[in-house]
Amino acid sequence: MKTLEEFVALFAEQFDDTDPSEIKADTVFHDLEEYTSLTALSIIAMIDEEFDVTVKGDDMKSSVTVEDLYNKVIAKL
Amino acid sequence: MAFLKFDKVRIAGLSAGVPKNVMSTVSTTDKYSDDDFIKTTGVRQKRYSNDFTTSDLSFAATEKLIADLGWDKAEVDALVFVTQTPDYILPATSCILQDRLGLKRDCMAFDISLGCSGWVYGLCSLLGLMSGGAIRKALLLAGDARKQAFEEPDQLFGFAGTATALEYTGKESDCFLFNMGTDGSGYDAIIKQVGGTRNQVTAEDLIPKMCEDGRMRHGFQTRMKGMDVFAFGITTAPKSIKKLAEHFGFDWTSYDYFVFHQANFKMNETIRAKLKLTEEQVPYSLHDFGNTSSASIPITIVTQLKGKIENRKTKFIGCGFGVGLSWGTVAFETDNIVISDLVEL
Repeated sequence: MKTLEEFVALFAEQFDDTDPSEIKADTVFHDLEEYTSLTALSIIAMIDEEFDVTVKGDDMKSSVTVEDLYNKVIAKL
Repeated sequence: MAFLKFDKVRIAGLSAGVPKNVMSTVSTTDKYSDDDFIKTTGVRQKRYSNDFTTSDLSFAATEKLIADLGWDKAEVDALVFVTQTPDYILPATSCILQDRLGLKRDCMAFDISLGCSGWVYGLCSLLGLMSGGAIRKALLLAGDARKQAFEEPDQLFGFAGTATALEYTGKESDCFLFNMGTDGSGYDAIIKQVGGTRNQVTAEDLIPKMCEDGRMRHGFQTRMKGMDVFAFGITTAPKSIKKLAEHFGFDWTSYDYFVFHQANFKMNETIRAKLKLTEEQVPYSLHDFGNTSSASIPITIVTQLKGKIENRKTKFIGCGFGVGLSWGTVAFETDNIVISDLVEL
């Protein structure tokens, strides 16, 4: 199982212009300038590939921080 | 498990009709740029015109295909029209098309209301009717175009109507394998809320209202939960193909072409990566024609593979997935297929 740190790194990889150092476990990702519904698709695809877990729009919406999303993914494993 | 096998029928030909008018893609929100939208969806341009209905485009495509095939219209025993943009709520548009095409009265005709999965469903339904030999020639028309009420053009979707000609051969080697599925719990992932009987139409419905994504829409416009549809597509399509191959015991990796519903580039590329397919195996029409709903599989073959497949045996896997939620996968082979030039209106 991937750790929270690994998840944060994979999450950060989905952004083109945002410096990975800006993204941490407690980052409120909806506030990131580059986060849009298009970035969300990359994140959903990453989670599908790395965890074999299906994350829906409501999961993205109700997660405040990166760690919240990680916890949702882990709960679906 | 909806696994089906029908044989003794072949695809004789394919055609597609689109509006001449080309519309370039622009972002309709300040949240992301034109380029960001194009990079994710893959849609650089699409065909759009408010002058033609789906049946107009399909009619033109069908006339061209029948002429190219040299078919006698009197031989056509069945017509199925797959659309979610019919000419009228009733009667079924297939009835109108039967007359407009000059088909005989001894012709069964009906509509199927499906979108992204619709071509595979139409094919499966017609093959089921044909493989017994009672129906010798049939036409499957599929597509979506002009809307019920005027709306600003959607940047993802293009307008198209297609025709697929099917004929009975009696040969067992002419064989189609299907896996079909439905998950109606996701019925509201892509929905047009007004126009049916669940929500009766009121004057209010024509007034655009602000939606959650910051766009204005009236009641007759389609609403989509993009992330849910994306998650559905990337998980369901690869599974359906693998299940089909496993059930019928064939090697899917040896197929020449995988023609997917043209949902969006990111979704389709994720599916391609999951199945480890090469770029050559997965043709795209969405860059130039957008997401064309139930027309997307045939229009991809017509616009991307014409000139490459007519004179040789070609193994296809077609996979449609989306609104419903509904999906269908079909494995088939073509040989000596007629592919008409794209019809532009």
